[in-house]
Amino acid sequence: MVYLTRAEHFNAAHRLYQPNWSYEKNEEVFGKCANVNWHGHNYELYVTIKGEPDADTGFIFDVKKLSNLIKEHVLDKVDHRNLNVDVEFMKDKMCSTENFAVAIWEQLQPHLPVGVSLHCVKLYETPRIYVEYFGK
Amino acid sequence: MGKRVSVFRKEHFNAAHRLYNAAWDDAKNEKFFGKCALPNYHGHNYELEVKVTGKPDKRTGYVMDMKNLSDLIRNEVTSRFDHKNLNLDTEEFKDLNPTAENIVIVIYKLLRPHIDKKLDLHIRLYETPRNFVEYPAN
Repeated sequence: MVYLTRAEHFNAAHRLYQPNWSYEKNEEVFGKCANVNWHGHNYELYVTIKGEPDADTGFIFDVKKLSNLIKEHVLDKVDHRNLNVDVEFMKDKMCSTENFAVAIWEQLQPHLPVGVSLHCVKLYETPRIYVEYFGK
Repeated sequence: MGKRVSVFRKEHFNAAHRLYNAAWDDAKNEKFFGKCALPNYHGHNYELEVKVTGKPDKRTGYVMDMKNLSDLIRNEVTSRFDHKNLNLDTEEFKDLNPTAENIVIVIYKLLRPHIDKKLDLHIRLYETPRNFVEYPAN
């Protein structure tokens, strides 16, 4: 079993805001992240797949194709966007990095070929804050 | 003559913005600024490097007390821009397009009055890990 990772990046705006709470409670829990006019991040995304290298190609999966899948199903939808307002797959979800990583996994999983599994979605919100999701 | 030394402080702030010239229509803005003109904003983790240059003080050995510099940056820059929307939430970018170039000049102007005139000030601002600007340009 070999792990292969593709690194991508995108820049997006978001805010953390629970619509069932008052503004005061949101500010208490989320602090500056609840700013009504959003704030933003340079996100760094690492998508790791696992599998056995093909006998002919030596590839688990052509990394150019993996990059294209990430671009089509994630980056084109989120890059230079407002995650709360513009992104269909984040609609009605709290826009935390945790939820975002899970949602990215769900965007990619259906499009991987047989024999190739997603191992991990690792998402840096800032250089000092990142999450990992392993599909469970 | 004395030896001149540069001291650096790194800070960061996370902000939303969009690039837009109000005198142009949407089509022209999109043509010129591309995705950066999208109407619902996008964002960046800005990384800021503030460089102060001068001769170390004979009594303290400091060019500038780095704690004072850190407090100054926090009070004048981070408090204004961190977790804000530069276009909507700040006085500085009310009528000024918040390009990295304009942001770095604004940051310089915010800090310069509070730093001893004998000391040189230079700012480097990373909009992304791959795009950064400096002011004054050498």
